[in-house]
Amino acid sequence: MVEPPLSTLSGWGRHSAQGRERVGEDLEQISQSAHLSRGLGRSYGDSSLPSEAQPDVLNTTYADRILSFDEATGAFRAEAGLSLRDLNRLLMPRGFFTPVSPGTSFVTLGGMVAADIHGKNQHKDGNFGDHVTALKMRVADGRVLECSPERHPDLFRGTIGGMGLTGHVLEVEFGMRRIPSPWIWQESRRIHDIDEFQDALEDAATNWPYTMGWIDCLASGKNMGRGIMMTGRWAEPSEAPINPPSSGFQPSLRFDWPSWVLNGLTIRLFNELYYRKQWRRESSGIVSNQSFTYPLDAIRSWNRMYGRRGFTQYQCVLPREAGRSSARRVLEVLTARGGASFLCVIKDFGRDSLGVLSFPRPGITLALDIAVRDDTQALVDALNEQVLKEGGRIYLAKDSFTRREHFEAMEGSRLDEFRAIRDQWDPERRFRSAQSVRLLGD
Amino acid sequence: MKVAFLGATKGMGRALGRLMAERGDELCLLGRNLADLERSAADLGVRGAGPTTPCVICDLEQPETFDDVIRAAREALGGLDAVVVTAGVFAPQDELEQDPELAERVLRVDFTNTVMFCEAAKRLLLAEGGGALCAFSSVAGERGRKPVILYGAAKAGLTRYLEALDHKHHADGLRVITVKPGFVKTSMTAGLDPPPFAGEPEGVARQVLRAIDRGTPVVYSPSAWRLIMAIIRALPRSVMRRVGF
Repeated sequence: MVEPPLSTLSGWGRHSAQGRERVGEDLEQISQSAHLSRGLGRSYGDSSLPSEAQPDVLNTTYADRILSFDEATGAFRAEAGLSLRDLNRLLMPRGFFTPVSPGTSFVTLGGMVAADIHGKNQHKDGNFGDHVTALKMRVADGRVLECSPERHPDLFRGTIGGMGLTGHVLEVEFGMRRIPSPWIWQESRRIHDIDEFQDALEDAATNWPYTMGWIDCLASGKNMGRGIMMTGRWAEPSEAPINPPSSGFQPSLRFDWPSWVLNGLTIRLFNELYYRKQWRRESSGIVSNQSFTYPLDAIRSWNRMYGRRGFTQYQCVLPREAGRSSARRVLEVLTARGGASFLCVIKDFGRDSLGVLSFPRPGITLALDIAVRDDTQALVDALNEQVLKEGGRIYLAKDSFTRREHFEAMEGSRLDEFRAIRDQWDPERRFRSAQSVRLLGD
Repeated sequence: MKVAFLGATKGMGRALGRLMAERGDELCLLGRNLADLERSAADLGVRGAGPTTPCVICDLEQPETFDDVIRAAREALGGLDAVVVTAGVFAPQDELEQDPELAERVLRVDFTNTVMFCEAAKRLLLAEGGGALCAFSSVAGERGRKPVILYGAAKAGLTRYLEALDHKHHADGLRVITVKPGFVKTSMTAGLDPPPFAGEPEGVARQVLRAIDRGTPVVYSPSAWRLIMAIIRALPRSVMRRVGF
């Protein structure tokens, strides 16, 4: 086989690196020489990018076969490159959905494991990793083996949320869940400030399987944290439309927007209009799961909106112990520095994670989309310092700016445990990414 | 539809097999590696082909087995309505020039043996009273071009063979479908810079399945390649000597 040429690989935020993608249907065969697996490249930062010293990455997206599915129990097993989009297209009409889904369906099962993704139901159902029953992996010494909560539990817990640094995930087994219809009964409600938001999310958590909120992060002072809370549950067949949802027109951004398009004024305008859209205090209705769970999937390549320099998403979790005002303090850092965020999402986490390095823990999470500008590094540094004070941590799947010292201080003993697992399974650090070089010093 | 499918484990074949499975066609998978066939059988099973998709070992390098293979597929399916061949070997021209053994293999597998496979399929389909024979050739066979001298020659030969097969047996109920993919993004072409009008395997699969249903004799996929190849065929020799494609 010819050596594929070096090409530019990038994350969703358009942070890029030179790499060589190994491509093929047979992951077991082609996983021998690569140092990292990469799926659809939807992690925002440099998690799926190779390190400079070892440019070989495995592209898993051609390994997308379903290996078994038991309709009676929901038990499901597939190759790691299967996309959630394909899975939904196939099994939603038959009344099944993944127990946990992120906000985009353009992800692979392998990526969902590596980032231990969470969704709008984290407060009830935890992360994707909580539902994984087994993984088939190729580890650093060349062996292909099966791990699960019972077999090689250390490898299993290190791999869930381990950002691909413990080995190549070849196959994923988990339980699919029955749903009554492909429709969602949604309620949305206008919220006036950050304190009300946290109360509202807390209340909603007891009644609703899916909750999340959008915040207008340009609003400051007494309006700080105003926004819209969205809650949802699966619609019963009796209240849902008879026909399945249609995908309709799906536009695509075909070119990079110039960077001046998103400026303080346009972002303010968008946020104002979006807030005003919810002109009633409360509204409700039936929407398709597609538009409820994956609103941004409707516009292909929406990341081009941020222009050539791209963007980063800053997502942190603030633990319950930090108290209710911690979210306000973090937002204050953002507004004080004038960091205009186009999109800001808030969600409460209710469950701890199984993965050694998984992101979620009980508390409140904020996710801010920030266009990359000259002062982005300083903004992320300032946010990280605040999050550190609150005892919180950041989500690796979104990160490309965090400094190693901040990361180490946030993770503390969790990082020691993760290092011990890597010492056990990959003492030479064959597996590494641009992100692990930056944050773990590989 | 009962389909014997050589090449359903990878690329465009995988996409076409899935489309067939999702609408409930019954497939028998043919290929070299039984374990790989069985993985694809499981995938197609969940996608709608039902709990048992039979697999039969078939190696395009062993033409003496073709009659038995197709008969075995017919028996496993309890009948046969269509035979699909997407399998083949590809290597870039410079690699073929450096490795005469590989060059011979590409010519033999992509032309001689694929034709022999189609001959075996034709015999059985005619004995069944007709059916569809769908083979994947390539736009590479449309004009002698520098980057695909040998591969293109094999595909040109295959295209002519399929054309004549259609002429001779159309009246007997044999529908011959020649598929000429342009640049399609598969694991085979990964690492190459996709040109404009590059296609996705799923799009090709939809077009091909429609052609099989309707008996359309020639499919360019994506369709834009019909026009592109018409232009390339019309270019004078003096131009073809100078350009790189």
